[in-house]
Amino acid sequence: MTQPKRTALYGEHVAAGGRMVEFAGFELPVQYSSLAQEHTAVRTHAGLFDVSHMGEIFITGSGAFDFVQLVSCNDHSKMTVGRAQYTGLMYPQGTFVDDVLVHKLADDNYLLVVNAANRAKDAAYLAELAADCDGVEVRDESDDWAQLAIQGPLAGEILQPLASNDLSELKYYRFVFAEVCGHRAMVARTGYTGEDGFEVYTANEAAPEVWRTILAEGRPKGLLPTGLGARDTLRFEAGMSLYGNDIDDTTTPLEAGLGWIVKFKKGDYIGRDILERQKEEGLDRKLIGFEMVDRGIARHGYPVFLAEGDEEPAGHCTSGTFSPTLGKALGLAYLPLEATEEGTEFSVEIRNRRATAKVVPTPFYSRKKM
Amino acid sequence: MNVPADLKYGRTHEWARVEGDVIVVGITHYAQDQLGEVVYVELPDVGAAATVAEELGTLESVKAVSEFTSPLDGEVVEVNERLEDEPNLVNEDPYGDGWLAKVKGSIEDSELLDADGYTAMIEAEST
Repeated sequence: MTQPKRTALYGEHVAAGGRMVEFAGFELPVQYSSLAQEHTAVRTHAGLFDVSHMGEIFITGSGAFDFVQLVSCNDHSKMTVGRAQYTGLMYPQGTFVDDVLVHKLADDNYLLVVNAANRAKDAAYLAELAADCDGVEVRDESDDWAQLAIQGPLAGEILQPLASNDLSELKYYRFVFAEVCGHRAMVARTGYTGEDGFEVYTANEAAPEVWRTILAEGRPKGLLPTGLGARDTLRFEAGMSLYGNDIDDTTTPLEAGLGWIVKFKKGDYIGRDILERQKEEGLDRKLIGFEMVDRGIARHGYPVFLAEGDEEPAGHCTSGTFSPTLGKALGLAYLPLEATEEGTEFSVEIRNRRATAKVVPTPFYSRKKM
Repeated sequence: MNVPADLKYGRTHEWARVEGDVIVVGITHYAQDQLGEVVYVELPDVGAAATVAEELGTLESVKAVSEFTSPLDGEVVEVNERLEDEPNLVNEDPYGDGWLAKVKGSIEDSELLDADGYTAMIEAEST
């Protein structure tokens, strides 16, 4: 085992009482005081996350746009400078190398924000492909950037006095370069919680001061520092996929319910033919949301069965927990298409016992619905 | 950390209290703090055998699943059914309303720790 890395904010986490765990090669706080309190703070007020473990990979050069179009299943041709777009990096099999946020900095400059666990794999995959393309440079700058996420209904109110730009002008999935707490930063109206909020990218050296200033500004307004535990339950409730759980190199975006990021009117790209065929012929399986009917909490990896006597599992639970906002045990699983209709009952094996669950719509939580 | 002087403690963070001819068992204040908010409790059946250091039930927080083991040998004679609807009692009152099971048996010959021994153990564990 190699020693886990520390983000620029390690000292801040320890000072705030963070319970440090290893995640994707980094020492990060799973929680500070209480996962449920941190989760609720983000839903009702605001939370501050250190997401510096996320990777930042730049695609630059005259061929940058064509290259991004080649590796991504979404269509980035309508993006103007200052926009962000969610997509999947594709293998030729139409499955995920990773799910990423593409930011257009200039016509010849794109920033891909990638999962920490996939950073090295992504960088190598992209570099290998770029070697065969003209005018494309792939640069992994992950180690040079810190990233803070301030999320929740009060995120804008808390961040505004500290930012040099007018945040109300910044629409969802847009970003600007501005000063935050006097430091140069990229401020994006993006997030992984299902709430309004911002992701603030800074140099490592600036991060501790930015963190402390946001905390000081936000605490009186109900903001809490929030750990990885709440990050996972928040994204789960909001129906956002987690690579390694809900999507991976064996699943396609269509199966994962991410058809909205799969575009066919954009020319050829890696994995396109498989995705097109899947779309035409129909899916064999699909990621569904479920709610436990019997007592018990389904967790990642637990097998699921369609009929009581079945010995072979029909799939497995990809993510599952007790939802702090909704107060019930919920999960996600890939099921054969015939079992994916809302209300269909099936069972989850929880510690050698089969417990009944039923298919429910996703996302489990939407701030617009509440 | 709250470690009442009148209880006995298992090395996997259970407590035991003698009440007449039964032993009440639960998890310690330190254990519930490590686990976080308990959202689900799976208790043994009444009549089930309890065996030292073997699983007696399961506690789940939002984040994790955790077994709790029996601090003694015996037979489960009662379980705390309130926990089915109020699992958070384990956090709020781990030595009182958050008890888990009552076991008929004896802790006379057990290797349980006293409060000082348990305090020393968790201090060593958290440094």
